Amino acid sequence: MRVALFIPCYVDQFYPQVGIASLQLLQKLGVQAHFPAQQTCCGQPLANSGCERDALPIYRHFVDTFHRYDYIVAPSGSCVYHVRQHFDKLAQTPEVQHVRAATYDLIDFITQVLGVTELPGRFPHKVGLHLSCHGQRGLHQANESEITPVRDGQLRRLLASLDGIELTELDRNDECCGFGGTFCISEAAISARMGQDRVQDHLRNGTTVLTGGDMSCLMHLQGLIRRRQLPLKVLHAVEILNGISC
Amino acid sequence: MSHSARAATFVADAERTTWHDETLWFVRQKRDKAVYAVPEFQQLRELASQIKDHTLSRLDEYLQQFEAAARRNGVHVHWAADAQEHNALVLDLIRRHGATRIVKSKSMLTEECHLNPHLIGHGIEVIDTDLGERIIQLREEAPSHLVLPAIHLKKEDVGDTFHRHLGTEKGNHDPQQLTEAARQHLRAKFLAAEVAISGVNFAVAETGGVVICTNEGNADLGVNLAKVHIASMGIEKLIPRLTDLGVFTRLLARSATGQPVTTYTSHYTQPAEGREMHIVIVDNGRTQQLGRPDFRASLKCIRCGACMNTCPVYRRSGGHSYDFTVPGPIGAILSPNIDLKKHSSLPFASTLCGSCTDVCPVKIDIHTQLYKWRQVLAEAGEIPTAKKWSMKFMGRFLASPKAFGLGGKMARTGLRLLPYQLTHATAFNAWAVARELPEPPQQSFRDWYRETVR
Ligand code: SF4
Repeated sequence: MRVALFIPCYVDQFYPQVGIASLQLLQKLGVQAHFPAQQTCCGQPLANSGCERDALPIYRHFVDTFHRYDYIVAPSGSCVYHVRQHFDKLAQTPEVQHVRAATYDLIDFITQVLGVTELPGRFPHKVGLHLSCHGQRGLHQANESEITPVRDGQLRRLLASLDGIELTELDRNDECCGFGGTFCISEAAISARMGQDRVQDHLRNGTTVLTGGDMSCLMHLQGLIRRRQLPLKVLHAVEILNGISC
Repeated sequence: MSHSARAATFVADAERTTWHDETLWFVRQKRDKAVYAVPEFQQLRELASQIKDHTLSRLDEYLQQFEAAARRNGVHVHWAADAQEHNALVLDLIRRHGATRIVKSKSMLTEECHLNPHLIGHGIEVIDTDLGERIIQLREEAPSHLVLPAIHLKKEDVGDTFHRHLGTEKGNHDPQQLTEAARQHLRAKFLAAEVAISGVNFAVAETGGVVICTNEGNADLGVNLAKVHIASMGIEKLIPRLTDLGVFTRLLARSATGQPVTTYTSHYTQPAEGREMHIVIVDNGRTQQLGRPDFRASLKCIRCGACMNTCPVYRRSGGHSYDFTVPGPIGAILSPNIDLKKHSSLPFASTLCGSCTDVCPVKIDIHTQLYKWRQVLAEAGEIPTAKKWSMKFMGRFLASPKAFGLGGKMARTGLRLLPYQLTHATAFNAWAVARELPEPPQQSFRDWYRETVR
């Protein structure tokens, strides 16, 4: 099985530890992932801004980079959703179709492709989960509160398998954090307010470590947390699953 | 003015924003409870969606069927291509009866056509009889929500308004007493009205009848007291058969307010002895939207308002921030059809979280359409110039691994070395208004990988 690691552009530049943890966790699960050096970005920031046409060269570069692998795995539901959903703008060659189908969010890859539903490890903290909307509603990584009261999901189950962990129940289970790509700049006031409300929900319900599968939401929330110096530590879920201790 | 500018003003009042957000979230939760209790709710949604898709696919036939049936029932049917025609038609009908006093029950279509100012300008008294509508009418504001038109107002605001216009005691904010005052005030208006205007929730092609859903019974009161009933409907209100109606009434009230059904679901099929009934069928941009394959599904909307209650942006920016008759997520996909330039910022007033799509009882792919409008807007040159050029630049930059590696390093180094005041200067860094930038690491992942893994 040839597995490529896709590290989203902002993770590569600002959160290398998330990339490292992704690589190591896959390794522990017996997968030797390869990082093709010419990779850049999935093009989502442009497309979400309405500039799909300017993103096309990025899409093509993505397909050129990854089409030879069986799986393309990324620690970001949002980018994966983008590749699967919005690469429909390219001519649907076999390469493009393969890349769209074979690109997986890391957590989905672990649970669905590798069939791993429990991980060894210990994390004795009160952990609050923030699933990205693209992961949750786009990739169906967890039940949507609009549809059903049942609250479950792959990442939640994986985390729950760690020793000593306690998962927070929130007042608003799956409310958006307000990041939204360029939304966080173009609608800065609302974006900040949404993020602050999100963080308050976690604080109110006892979260000490805030985690999720998408570093973009977490980057935004972390920015708000650090500005207000709130007592919350932010980690990507793969860092926890890989056995970080704090 | 853009949505973000208006939204920033709203959110600046943090307390009111909290209250607005919590009030609407409360309605969303009521909706959840009512929906979870119906095991077949998702099937109902699917069915409703299919019925609407089908109806839209042969709207011309159903409209003609409806018209013929209504005429057989003794109803006068009129067609209006746009708002002007609609308003002129309604005014003409009113004048023909020598009427000067009108009561109106809630109708977003007449809002959309700006009927009230038109009639008032011609010396006609128009009274909105839905309580929320009456409140905002007194304040000369637009509705800020489809179902809860005055949801942006607190009871203190209503107390002040009634004190000013209805002579209630100053400082009296007791909802019960205020409602009573409105009731007394409206009773006189109902009794004096010569013509009643109403909206239409559903029009049944098979029977030629229209269905109006209210919680206050004000439509019934108006229609049954006045000699003439004028019902205004958009062409998309049709459903094929009377048996389809149950699907929609089960969805509408649950999605809107969490009620099993609206208090009044009134059917109007023919005028009573000596009375007149008119139906005005309005296009006003709807056929144009029907002709846009990517956006035609927006015409399935039954105006329940659920997408507003669930929208995290709407809840924190208020309905007026959209500056369109229909606010919120659905308004953001209906409005560019009407005026691309004026409403160009609305499709961007969303994080594309998709909650609207999941909550919509007729399964409109709202967030996908928002995404698609963005593409249309950018192609039409209706996005800010700075954004346009930076995206063009980014496109080149991100398609080139060399440029990307170098650029990333420069950005990280810059962030590390430049003074905080500069990197976090709010004048050119909107991120930093409320947030710290990430701490730049020494090494990117790709550098680490090159050095560590072979
Ligand atoms: S788009 Fe859907 S959720 Fe929104 S008002 Fe219309 S029917 Fe209701």
